Amino acid sequence: MTGTIQNRESFLNTIASSLGRDRHPGKIERPVWEFQPQKEVLKGATPDQLVEVLKTQCLRIHTSVVVTDQTGLAETLAETVANYGGGPVVTWKDNRFSEWGLDPLFHNEWPEQDIEYYEWDHTKGRENIRQAEKANIGITISEITLAESGTVVLFSDQDKGRTVSFLPKSLIALVPKSSLVPRMTQAAQKMRQMHLEGKQVASCVNFITGPSNSADIELNLVVGVHGPVKATYIIIDDL
Amino acid sequence: MAMKIGVEEFKERVGKGINDSFMRGAVAGAQDSMGTRRLSAAEELGNWEDWRSHGEEIRKHVLENLDYYLEQLSDNVAKRGGHVFFASTAEEANDYIRGVVASKNAKKVVKAKSMVTEEIHLNSCLELAGCEVIETDLGEYILQIDDHDPPSHIVVPALHKNKEQIRDVFTDKLGYQKTSKPEELAGHARETLRQDFLTADIGITGCNFAVAETGSFSLVTNEGNADLVTSLPKTQITVMGMERLVPTFEEMEVLVSLLTRSAVGQKLTSYITVLTGPREELDVDGPEEFHLVIVDNGRSKILGTEFQSVLQCIRCAACINVCPVYRHVGGHSYGSIYSGPIGAVLSPLLGGYEDYKELPYASTLCGACTEVCPVKIPLHELLHKHRQEIVEKEGKAPISEKLAMKAFGLGAASPALYKIGSKLAPAAMNPFTNGDKISNGPGPLKAWTEIREFPAPNKERFRDWFNNREKGGNQS
Repeated sequence: MTGTIQNRESFLNTIASSLGRDRHPGKIERPVWEFQPQKEVLKGATPDQLVEVLKTQCLRIHTSVVVTDQTGLAETLAETVANYGGGPVVTWKDNRFSEWGLDPLFHNEWPEQDIEYYEWDHTKGRENIRQAEKANIGITISEITLAESGTVVLFSDQDKGRTVSFLPKSLIALVPKSSLVPRMTQAAQKMRQMHLEGKQVASCVNFITGPSNSADIELNLVVGVHGPVKATYIIIDDL
Repeated sequence: MAMKIGVEEFKERVGKGINDSFMRGAVAGAQDSMGTRRLSAAEELGNWEDWRSHGEEIRKHVLENLDYYLEQLSDNVAKRGGHVFFASTAEEANDYIRGVVASKNAKKVVKAKSMVTEEIHLNSCLELAGCEVIETDLGEYILQIDDHDPPSHIVVPALHKNKEQIRDVFTDKLGYQKTSKPEELAGHARETLRQDFLTADIGITGCNFAVAETGSFSLVTNEGNADLVTSLPKTQITVMGMERLVPTFEEMEVLVSLLTRSAVGQKLTSYITVLTGPREELDVDGPEEFHLVIVDNGRSKILGTEFQSVLQCIRCAACINVCPVYRHVGGHSYGSIYSGPIGAVLSPLLGGYEDYKELPYASTLCGACTEVCPVKIPLHELLHKHRQEIVEKEGKAPISEKLAMKAFGLGAASPALYKIGSKLAPAAMNPFTNGDKISNGPGPLKAWTEIREFPAPNKERFRDWFNNREKGGNQS
């Protein structure tokens, strides 16, 4: 469905006239920028070096980092969930959980231990939000991971609810090592590339850097305001 | 003009600020800590000047082609199913938003922090229409429940309040019973606001940077409130100043990086959210309906003038955090939601010289603001330009300055008068002189000496000293 646009012509004519010219008739090409310092940051770093940069940065953003491989993932995840006080746990609906061998944990072990588990299901509507709101832990997967800032990047869709990362008390993000890039520059390039290739950009892209926080009271840092109070990144060595 | 706060005159506001010792201590502490964090975040990049230059070239290019990029942005928002409204004035913006609220029969609105909605006084407009409006940024929330105390800093709006004052407000207004520990206060706000997020009909946000090529826009926060505002209510309204956009995601990224480092010394804030249109058809969270309101409200009058570069601003407050004048008088002294050097340049342009003619003079022209600006706005030069405009075109120089200049012009016009005047000065000023300082001056000097001392005229005039020295006399 196409949306509406109101009052545009007179508004833009005013701007053009302030700028002392007529409206632009054709397409403006983006200039070749003279400065591009962002491309130099961590240029040529190897995946291992990026992991180290990420780990160091996470010390500054109150975020725990665990490195594991696919065989150790289920155990690491179970341990992290236990440390955060167990369920309820809410996750996206995502095949990668199965591919990484997490089905027995989600569907057998946790129910046996009375750890409540809920998988996002868009056919159930607002029930998903109720589940996310009462959850202790939300589990998501980083599509692109920014080493410099310690940031996980999430793309929303019908199976990947936005609120899984915001409503629960703690956030666990699974980070494939292959998703690591130097900084936000590469994520922006990828997003633009997707758009230019005709793929629709997700209606919500979240760049999440650690737990929520605020310094609004006397500049004292309070970790955990509206979003999660705690965050852990589990890096999966998939290279 | 809607962005105005309070009805007091400039001098009364400054007097209040200067005598508020908690506020002055808080501002000094904040400047020191945020200034240091900004500096180390900038320096660790190693080539900060290149970053600033890139920020500047992006912003300049967008302003020069603003009509083109706004057209592209609005086409792309509509393509993704969003509604775009271009508002020339604050009233048009408020009327449109009120219309959306009425059409949804909405009773409760949750808001993420936004300077432009402060500028157009959206909250009071919606409240008059019978709608409950809840600010969800912790700082804004504190101010709102304290009977709408205005913000004093564009990034840390409640900077002028201490935690005991905040606890008292929570106790009075929310029945809060815990201590003044920031963790407990924030915890209480979390619990209270969580229910509001879940029950609100409409979410309203500002916009850090819109992206023309895709019709997207980004929100930069640390608390995560903007994410709940844009995930839970069924209708979302985003209000943006018309200059806040970039060509593509690639430029958005650069400006976000400049913003977070300059504002709070963070590489990135906890949450940077890039939204495009309403939610997809099968999505459960995110708004079903999305409105983008693009506001002019005086900005187009700045385009094409000597002041155009002020529209490069990305609202990081780095200039505020280094300003020696802001440090002493605090944010409320500026009488506008835009304080500090950027406020002293922008407020007279958006609000007129009638209300804001003093602000360009509330500066030492030291240039610290210009030096830290991540998009290279020549702030102190623009302040100087304002002074020229005020004196030359508007004839609105402060009265004391006019009198002093008139007297000086008269006295300096004739060598004989100048000689007599300078000879008489020490004797004339004698009753007001205390050692080598004047601390309670007469006439035009009064305004100056109320807040600081003025050096007394030297007993020996330079000409006499010089003649004396030529004769081999006292060389001290």
